[in-house]
Amino acid sequence: MANTTEKVAYSAPDETGRFGEYGGRFVPETLMPALLELETAYREAKKDPAFVAQLDHYLKDYVGRENPLYFAERLTEAAGGAKIYLKREDLNHTGAHKINNAIGQALLAKRMGKTKIIAETGAGQHGVATATACALLDMECLVFMGKEDIRRQELNVFRMELLGASVVSVDQGSGTLKDAVNEALRYWVANVSDTHYVIGSALGPHPFPEIVRDFQRVIGVETRRQILEKEGRLPDAVVACVGGGSNSIGMFHPFVDDAGVALHGVEAAGSGIETGKHAAALTGGRPGALHGAYMYLLQDEAGQINEAHSISAGLDYPGAGPEHSHFRDTGRVTYSSVTDEQALEALKMLSRKEGILPALESSHAVHYAVELASGMSTDQIVVICLSGRGDKDVITVRDALKGGNGNV
Amino acid sequence: MSEITKAILKARESGGCAFVPYIMAGDGGLGRLKEDLLFLQEAGATAVELGIPFSDPAADGPVIQEAGLRALAAGTTLKAVIEEVKAIREDVHIPIIFMTYLNPVLSYGMAGFANDCQEAGIAGVIVPDVPFEESGPLEDCLRMNGIDLIRLIPLSAPEDRIRKIAEAAEGFIYAVTVDGITGVRDSFGGTTDGRLEQLKEIADIPVLAGFGISTPDHVRDFGRAADGVIVGSAIVDALHRGDKEPIKELISSAKNIAVPAE
Repeated sequence: MANTTEKVAYSAPDETGRFGEYGGRFVPETLMPALLELETAYREAKKDPAFVAQLDHYLKDYVGRENPLYFAERLTEAAGGAKIYLKREDLNHTGAHKINNAIGQALLAKRMGKTKIIAETGAGQHGVATATACALLDMECLVFMGKEDIRRQELNVFRMELLGASVVSVDQGSGTLKDAVNEALRYWVANVSDTHYVIGSALGPHPFPEIVRDFQRVIGVETRRQILEKEGRLPDAVVACVGGGSNSIGMFHPFVDDAGVALHGVEAAGSGIETGKHAAALTGGRPGALHGAYMYLLQDEAGQINEAHSISAGLDYPGAGPEHSHFRDTGRVTYSSVTDEQALEALKMLSRKEGILPALESSHAVHYAVELASGMSTDQIVVICLSGRGDKDVITVRDALKGGNGNV
Repeated sequence: MSEITKAILKARESGGCAFVPYIMAGDGGLGRLKEDLLFLQEAGATAVELGIPFSDPAADGPVIQEAGLRALAAGTTLKAVIEEVKAIREDVHIPIIFMTYLNPVLSYGMAGFANDCQEAGIAGVIVPDVPFEESGPLEDCLRMNGIDLIRLIPLSAPEDRIRKIAEAAEGFIYAVTVDGITGVRDSFGGTTDGRLEQLKEIADIPVLAGFGISTPDHVRDFGRAADGVIVGSAIVDALHRGDKEPIKELISSAKNIAVPAE
């Protein structure tokens, strides 16, 4: 048993799915048996060497892990401070970290005897990753996507369809990510006996935030090992972007008990927090219950959920997962926000300095990390989670640069 | 015995089954709430389930989603609904039950909500996104104010779970007849066979069937197996269209359910 002087290792969530006061299972009764079944199946799978080996196999030979921890020398020079390393999740199959979780959950669903997979998607990255995992494992796949997002991400819709998935257009509400989650939940309630819902972010009712985190932990686990190999020590700071929070929680979690490693979560400030047009739930929201979890949310005084605004569709969600909400309150992670314009600048900077075109989501982390590094000394180390590649964003970026701050 | 239980038993004793219509508060503006409630009371409703609009109603089908959006567009808030109910309560003699998602209640403050509901004469509260495991704090607040927390039990749930929830239930048990969301359905897929009767045996308070019940035939069928029915989307739709005839017909179908002689 731990005595009073020994530091107790971080172990959330508890058996009710709480990270501090956040999380829980705020879902219709009809879903409760499925969540309890999922929890049991997950605990068993985690302990089963055959399941772990199967997942490792796909992560290595299919996703292409481990991916590099790359020393960004020219970006470091440009920032003029701490050494900057990039964790290259952008080099994964399908181009982002989303595949880590999609394959994990699809394998789990298959093991549970489910035949059908549903998923929600905003930008389409999680939809593409889930459609990919379903093609690989020969499962039926239905992806819910807001009408407005379908319009904005036409090519990703086609990609999903090429992979054999059906994309369901969600016309309700504002036709964006939160409406797609509502509709996926509605479908799941009606089809829960043969269907598994692959939630793409560290959100939703318990045990989803824990499952998604665990499948994304590979990011932080590899980073920790790689930085120890390269530098012989842990980094001074780790930076990742936060929408719902899956890449960041996967990156942060293995460092939570390392007090010397500062953790920085970067939200989307959209047009600026003061304009109200943003997606920064931890910076500009307050706690509430949505999509199964108690967490920080953008909402009005009466508890109606506000629309999120960000140039990056992957960060365009009005909540931040329960574990991030907890870390915000405990102060273990520092959360701040970066505007659309700053993210675009960072996207251009990384493209020019390193020949790496980052996703708009990841560009938020890049901007923050460069500013952070510039105020640190040259013997310090900053790691950025480069959660995805920017190929999907090229048209958005072109349109934004045309309309706004001039020449590329 | 709770006010709601009493009203249901009374409907049962008079040879029919209980009929609880659902309406969306603020659909068409809060100004028409009194008129709608008095109409339903007049037509013979046992109690009324009054929906509070929410931006993200994940347990509702299209008809109630749209009614909620209309109500929100008209500026409806939980606070305004409570105040309106308080103002008209003395003319409405049937129990009023709130149906609200959790977040507006959290935003209001759970203790304040329960207290203000009590002052407005609310008899029960249904929160579709609070399952049994999460219901403790809400139940405590409501109980202190003498308000029933109405629990939903899906007929598809495992028996031990059904027993556990039935034991904690107050007012009546809301039997969810189909796995899914609210809304009109033709068929019930045969999944309720025997399960409703089983639930009635387990329960020591009335059982009302809901989700998808939309025609006089449904009302009679479920009214025989259960103690009554809850009808939502069909009522909301008729009120929105301004056609009260189908509502009268539905309510009168519950008056004589012609239980076959044993």
